Amino acid sequence: MSDGYTSDEMMTVAAARALTDGTSCFVGIGLPSAASNLARATHAPNLVLIYESGTIGAKPDRLPLSIGDGILAETADAVITVPEIFNYWLQPGRIDVGFLGAAQIDKFGNINTTIVGGDYAHPKVRLPGAGGAPEIAASSKEVIVIVRQTRRAFVERVEFITSVGFGDGPGTREKLGLRGKGPRQIITDLGILTPDPRTCEFTMTALFEGVSRDTVRERTGWDIQFAAAPEIIAPPTSHELTALRTFKASEKASE
Amino acid sequence: MAEIVSLAQAVADAVHDGDTVAMEGFTHLIPFAAGHEVIRQRRRDLTLIRMTPDVIYDQLIGAGCARKLVFSWGGNPGVGSLHRFRDAIEHGWPRPLEIEEHSHAGMANRYVAGASGLPFAVLRGYAGTGLAEVTDTIKPITCPFTGETLMAVQALNPDVAIIHAQQADRHGNVQLWGLAGVQKEAVLASRRAIVTVEEIVDELQPRPTAVVLPGWAVSYVARVPNGAHPSYTSGYTERDNEYYQAWDPIARDRETFSGWLADHIYGETAVHR
Repeated sequence: MSDGYTSDEMMTVAAARALTDGTSCFVGIGLPSAASNLARATHAPNLVLIYESGTIGAKPDRLPLSIGDGILAETADAVITVPEIFNYWLQPGRIDVGFLGAAQIDKFGNINTTIVGGDYAHPKVRLPGAGGAPEIAASSKEVIVIVRQTRRAFVERVEFITSVGFGDGPGTREKLGLRGKGPRQIITDLGILTPDPRTCEFTMTALFEGVSRDTVRERTGWDIQFAAAPEIIAPPTSHELTALRTFKASEKASE
Repeated sequence: MAEIVSLAQAVADAVHDGDTVAMEGFTHLIPFAAGHEVIRQRRRDLTLIRMTPDVIYDQLIGAGCARKLVFSWGGNPGVGSLHRFRDAIEHGWPRPLEIEEHSHAGMANRYVAGASGLPFAVLRGYAGTGLAEVTDTIKPITCPFTGETLMAVQALNPDVAIIHAQQADRHGNVQLWGLAGVQKEAVLASRRAIVTVEEIVDELQPRPTAVVLPGWAVSYVARVPNGAHPSYTSGYTERDNEYYQAWDPIARDRETFSGWLADHIYGETAVHR
């Protein structure tokens, strides 16, 4: 992307904008952490950041390098144990937004972070596995996924369901007894996908400036549908870009 | 009452070939020095349990100590893949690795059940995931009160838990603080426990939010300053982020990894504690 910002920066800014001030957000490391910290530095100063390492209300002034970065515990409202995070905070439905990344995601928003190729016992590529994601995807009131859009990552059906989106389509979450509403948005480096309310299939409902439908089709592994008139997302403001780059610079400086 | 011994003696006495071993520490207080001592003493056929296998288990797996891994997330945090873990699963090197895979919530609850003397724990989890199909320590269960279907996970009761903490006193009472992870549960779920500590003090000064493990719940305490390195010990040491990054190229290749083992674990220049 031109005009002085990258598509990754646009993606992070779009994800930050999706977070509402005053809500609680269960944050994975990497892209979700960058976006939620950007939100807190811009329009959502009262966003409650919860990391699975046991910090509630972390307020880091630089990007944490891992979910166990000391700065999270030092700035948190409360530091608790791992069983408490999952059992007392996530499981009863106290978390507004679960914010996840993905290695592979399908048209129903199911996430695979377990294996690619071969079978489970003999995988071609062994990915890290589930971490906290299955229960974040199940029990957060809603879920936002942030992932770069490529043909390899965006597949018709995932090879292994690590975390459930809409399963096989309408009615699956209810049948499984999952209490959260499921994925609300997939935010990529091309735009934003939202689930069709009738089919639960993710469709491209917003595009970043200068992104063509052909590019989206080339980088999606299923026959992707578009909203009748996709919204064109405003580029990052200088305030957003400055805040994001300050965070990134502090991350580099502390490496 | 815990015995205060050297790390080498604690591992020699408490960790045996074929044991089920849980080294815990969730991103903070990871017992790296103890893990290295297990490699140095060439333990074999271990079932290694850990929520986040991390670089420490990459080293143990690559060194051939493990027969089986029980885990929920196997990556190098903030860096990428665990190459020794992947090589063992994808290619069976240096030996095939059986896996038992869970989510974090499932693993945490398995330790809670083990510490509570219960055969299983119940949670809302795994429904609709592939994990419920491939892992036989996850089973659906019907709530006797509401009829709701929930998920049961089998308790973890390791032979030995190994953790790192800030302090112990001369009676072996242990105090740790900061991100406390799942260490209390891991120690109380296990038959034996080794705790390495930054320092041994005359008297523990109570701290808010600290986890205190009485000496009679711990088998061995060993003083190992910086024993969590490259992880960190809140109040004592900083996380060595460069080590995690440097690990990637070392672990990527069997030969460089074997060279690392020879130099840093088995060699004369290795740091023995």
